[in-house]
Amino acid sequence: MIGNLIPVYERPHALTETVTHYCPGCTHGLIHKLVAETLDEMGVTEQTIGVASVGCSVFSYNYFNCDFASAAHGRAPAMATGIKRVHPDRIVFTYQGDGDLAAIGTGEIIHTAARNENITVIFVNNGIYGMTGGQMAPTTLPGMKTTSSPAGRDVKLTGAPIRMSEMLATLDGPAFIARRSVHNPANVNRTRKAIRAAFEAQRQGLGFSIVEILSSCPVNWGKTPVDALKFIEDGMLPYYPLGDFKVSEAMKALLRA
Amino acid sequence: MARELWKGNEAIAEAAVRAGLEAYFGYPITPQTELLEYLAVRMPALGRAFLQAESELAAINMVYGAAVAGARTMTSSSSPGVSLMQEALSYIAATEVPMVLVDMMRGGPGLGNLAPTQADYFQLVKGGGHGDYRPIVLAPDSVQEAVDLTYVSFDLAERYRNIVIIAADGNIGQMMEPVEMPPLRERPPVGSVDRGWELTGAVGRPRRIAHSLNLSPEEMARVNASLQNKAAAIAAHEVRYSERFAEDADLLVVAFGSAARIAQTAVRQAREEGLNVGLFRPISLFPFPTDRLAHLATRAQRLLVVELNAGQMLEDVRLAAGAYAPIDFFGRMGGVLPMPDEIYDAIRSAYPHVGGNGNGKGKRSLPAGMRPLTGSWSERMSLN
Ligand SMILES: Cc1ncc(C[n+]2csc(CCOP(=O)(O)OP(=O)(O)O)c2C)c(N)n1
Ligand code: SF4
Repeated sequence: MIGNLIPVYERPHALTETVTHYCPGCTHGLIHKLVAETLDEMGVTEQTIGVASVGCSVFSYNYFNCDFASAAHGRAPAMATGIKRVHPDRIVFTYQGDGDLAAIGTGEIIHTAARNENITVIFVNNGIYGMTGGQMAPTTLPGMKTTSSPAGRDVKLTGAPIRMSEMLATLDGPAFIARRSVHNPANVNRTRKAIRAAFEAQRQGLGFSIVEILSSCPVNWGKTPVDALKFIEDGMLPYYPLGDFKVSEAMKALLRA
Repeated sequence: MARELWKGNEAIAEAAVRAGLEAYFGYPITPQTELLEYLAVRMPALGRAFLQAESELAAINMVYGAAVAGARTMTSSSSPGVSLMQEALSYIAATEVPMVLVDMMRGGPGLGNLAPTQADYFQLVKGGGHGDYRPIVLAPDSVQEAVDLTYVSFDLAERYRNIVIIAADGNIGQMMEPVEMPPLRERPPVGSVDRGWELTGAVGRPRRIAHSLNLSPEEMARVNASLQNKAAAIAAHEVRYSERFAEDADLLVVAFGSAARIAQTAVRQAREEGLNVGLFRPISLFPFPTDRLAHLATRAQRLLVVELNAGQMLEDVRLAAGAYAPIDFFGRMGGVLPMPDEIYDAIRSAYPHVGGNGNGKGKRSLPAGMRPLTGSWSERMSLN
């Protein structure tokens, strides 16, 4: 408090005072903040163990103010499984990009969801490999130019983008599967609520929860930050509809309460 | 305690349980599967974590998670499965968290076969994954020794915050032998004793990070230096070997694990016939018993390395003893086990005063599978 001013906004306790390395306009940082606020609101920051993946968010372990492990590329759900089985009373979450989760780590995410492992997955889908400089991901939109699909993604050669949330929702186990976006304030708020729901599912022991978040990569999309947000709305939303794809009965009861 | 008949895989599993194994993750593969099956019953009964993963890739990364979480954790597999684990083993080594891996080696390369071999010596002993790191590798030659080594492996892993590998093969895994089991250890619950590095939730202490990313070359160099210092400490303190008639041997047979078990019969027979033959058996493959072997080699006139592969430990024997004595090699590949007689023949033919003309001079007739270690690599590799 400065003088008699009352703070109405503060850096979440769950975020460290480290300057992130994210590019200007990248929404990774915003998503970090939403997760951190959720942990604080729930009062579980000290009880939480995060698992960073390999991708632009690899350094998330420097930004969250809780215990953190750093997994091999794609293996965060397996590593989180190992941690959760040892500390079932802790909140365990992974933070993964779409290359990490939907390409190299497809097997791990499917089986972790199928086991209904009581963890939470924050899945940041920006439709591209950010860290390695903008190659095609399994989530890259049809026709989209990347450094490894310079003429635009040809679905005849590479298949169509994978809708992970819909695919995982075919499994019996998971408690909560939702897709959200952060391209405008209203959607940021909806994302915040879904993240809270996902962590609550875990706290109540309901099982696997994942929030897929459509996120921007202005640098590798070759767009200004504002245009990148616009691209989420105009380019990604038509292919990746927002919504709840799986809400288990127990989760429904929890959400009503 | 009474000795009971145990199958190798199950005995190792029980030894791990008694050593305080808290979390096991694995995937079926012959000739290791009974280990997983045994723990599928035993671990849940004790309220400990057991999970059959969707692959060895997932299993080892679950172990990685359990290890950073501070648990006594282990996985087991056989050659192809261990190949699949190599990336994570490198991460685990770099993160410096303890874990135990049991490898029941089988015939390779490729899908290979189910027969016992020692063809993964290079993979296990020299690191296997990327980067400079050294797992502690222990090679039992009996079910009892497999039990004893498994029992101490968790202590070693924790003392050095290092990977410990039990390097055995289908022989050890599948055979039944009388075993005296060590006592079941009482251990405090995971996380109740803080050792200053495990991730348990940052309650009342600063947060911790378990990672293996070191972007600055200087920082990566420091991590490497620390790993090398640790390897040096391990080499200074954890050398294990066993000897039979080695001190006064003119011909010293060097073999580990199953190969040593077979060679021992041949050595005994040769002794009975008056040949001055001894057996040196490295138990720790890393750290390799370099000094002891060098000492024995200055005394012996000749060495004969016996392995169930094309000559892998052979390279370490050469490094240790090549300057002091000529070295012969007898190998069997692909899971073909030599009979003691064949090794006996190799001994006779290598023996300085009997089969050969002494110290590698002159022409000797070699039994199949055996070749003198002279000449170039390519000459040595042209097997008849
Ligand atoms: C085994 C392995 N293969 C490849 C890489 C290189 N790599 C690092 S990050 C990355 C892609 C990450 O993309 P994504 O998960 O979409 O995250 P983003 O960077 O877009 O946030 C790749 C391929 C690696 N680190 N490890
Ligand atoms: S490359 Fe893309 S995803 Fe990575 S930090 Fe920059 S904008 Fe964000």
